[in-house]
Amino acid sequence: MSEGLNIIVCIKQVPETTEVDFDEETGRLKREGVAAVVNPFDEYAIEEGIRLKEKYGGTVNVLSMGPPQAESALRDAIAMGADEAYLATDRAFAGADTWATSYTLGLSIKKLVPYDLVICGMKTTDGDTGQVGPELAHHLGVPHVCYVNEIQEIKGGEIRLTRLLDDRVETLGASLPIVVSVSKDINQPRLATLRGRLKAKKTEIHTITSNDLEADPMKIGLNGSPTRVVKIFTPDRPTAGDIVEGSPEELAERVLQKLVECKVI
Amino acid sequence: MSELPISVDKEKCISCSLCESACAFGSLVMEEGYPRFLDDCRLCGECVTECPTDAILIEEAGTEVKLSNYKGILVFAEQWNGKVHPVSYELLGKGRELADQLGEKLFAVIIGSELSDAVKELTMRGADKIFVFDHPELEVFRDDPYSAILEDLVNEEKPSIFLIGATSIGRSLGPKVAACLETGLTADCTSLDIDPDSRLLLQTRPAYGGNIMATIICTNTRPQIATVRYKVMKEAEKDPTNESEIIKKTVDINDIPDRVKIIDFSPAKELVSIIDAEIIVSGGKGMGDSKGFEVIQELAEALGGAVGASRPTVDEGWIEYPHQVGLSGRTVRPKIYLACGISGAVQHLAGMKTSDVIITINKDAEAPIFSVSTLGAVGDLYEIIPRLVEKIKERKKNV
Repeated sequence: MSEGLNIIVCIKQVPETTEVDFDEETGRLKREGVAAVVNPFDEYAIEEGIRLKEKYGGTVNVLSMGPPQAESALRDAIAMGADEAYLATDRAFAGADTWATSYTLGLSIKKLVPYDLVICGMKTTDGDTGQVGPELAHHLGVPHVCYVNEIQEIKGGEIRLTRLLDDRVETLGASLPIVVSVSKDINQPRLATLRGRLKAKKTEIHTITSNDLEADPMKIGLNGSPTRVVKIFTPDRPTAGDIVEGSPEELAERVLQKLVECKVI
Repeated sequence: MSELPISVDKEKCISCSLCESACAFGSLVMEEGYPRFLDDCRLCGECVTECPTDAILIEEAGTEVKLSNYKGILVFAEQWNGKVHPVSYELLGKGRELADQLGEKLFAVIIGSELSDAVKELTMRGADKIFVFDHPELEVFRDDPYSAILEDLVNEEKPSIFLIGATSIGRSLGPKVAACLETGLTADCTSLDIDPDSRLLLQTRPAYGGNIMATIICTNTRPQIATVRYKVMKEAEKDPTNESEIIKKTVDINDIPDRVKIIDFSPAKELVSIIDAEIIVSGGKGMGDSKGFEVIQELAEALGGAVGASRPTVDEGWIEYPHQVGLSGRTVRPKIYLACGISGAVQHLAGMKTSDVIITINKDAEAPIFSVSTLGAVGDLYEIIPRLVEKIKERKKNV
């Protein structure tokens, strides 16, 4: 860590999920008119990167893996205040699960830029696994901390942060470099400024292909993915079930029985 | 740019376009009578399955791994302060079913300090063999040492399936272990089965905010690792007569990586967290006034759930914004959503309709919320809820 921090923020483009709906008849996701956006959890990662840069100096580079159109997500990150944007895009990366995705992101980070800190969102709103951050840290050979809700201090190559587990808040310390996955409590992401948007429009998005990475073809895309999707289906929707009437006592009993049936009491 | 490893054999293709309708993601379009695969194709293989003439091919490079060396179901028994987290009993319940189906053994692994009581509990819950890593330095969960221990254990014991609770600890730990072992991990599963033909673990989980369910397999690597959502599977029954083989493992703490130090910790504060809540009790305008939330709060407490609210109640100032469920508030997907005095405006339904079970209490039998309810009780919440709270308390005493 010479001049400021080299920060990399990993982001993903996702469909705006509040709008995603499943067409029961055709069995498809309704995608017409559904906007592709920066994964909402990643906005907190971008914001944290920018705040750290403002505090300590340095650079914030954003990295994504996805189809060519994912560059618009990277431009959104530039508009918020990130410096450079990299898109790992290649048909050979297609069909990647979290293992192959994190391998590819890891190679991209190792090949392209020196780094002190990699920031990821806690999970994505589409895949919803939260696995890429910790798996990426393994591929980089550095530690990882999940659910980070505050980065307290970075000094002399050391980082101090807090994370929220189910039952406790921990204050942790580690040496850089490190990968962290940040939670929504960590900050309030800023909106892009007009100047940021103008800059984003003009920024060159650096693309990375499998050749650039000299990636092991058995570790990227579908070939590098230990898992396979075998079936996609609509969950059983709660369509009007039992509508019951009766005395308050009877109704309370019916609700109780339902709760018992659901194993929550 | 390389090509997508999916292609169509135009000789075989009969241009029926069944593949196009099979693609849930709209990543396949028919062009000049043949399917064309778009850049965002996930290679999920739905079109391959659907094609009546086997014209679509996904190229996969084969890998040779001795899968038959891997046997048994391993369960990570999570402990907090020496006490086993109940999700572990659920994993043992499910693990037993899977083990019996496969004709394999059920193992548990526990890491911590002063674990003798915990080990007794795990024995009663039916584990055939328990691996115990008991060391003062391992008392509190830390990613590095825990994942290093699990990686070594899996390499030694070679289980075919490894189940981890999808708690904050499990979801931090699972990916680290899977990455080291270069094997697949399926997050937050809500259903697990064995495919009778392939004997593979069928791992089903929600994605896209619960809009779709996906079944995932791990074919060529072992173990097949899954994190499993808490309170979905049935706990293993206690059987005091069960006997487990206890394997006490020695731990050389100096050999174990530990790159992240715990400087301090404190119990988590009570937070308004309707997002992660398994049970949400929500109140709406039908309550009449802000006092309604006292009744709602009592029910939420009795159930160990969080309090939610519809937009009108927040607009009226009856409760703070962080409780608001709906398009303009939070989108939630709890196991149980109890809607009390909520009519069910579209903007509210959008924020909760994917809840696993929706129970409604409302005087107005015509309220739209009933149309998405698993159980709807037509009646006065002020008369029903206090009785319900009593019944819950009574039941808790007796269990």
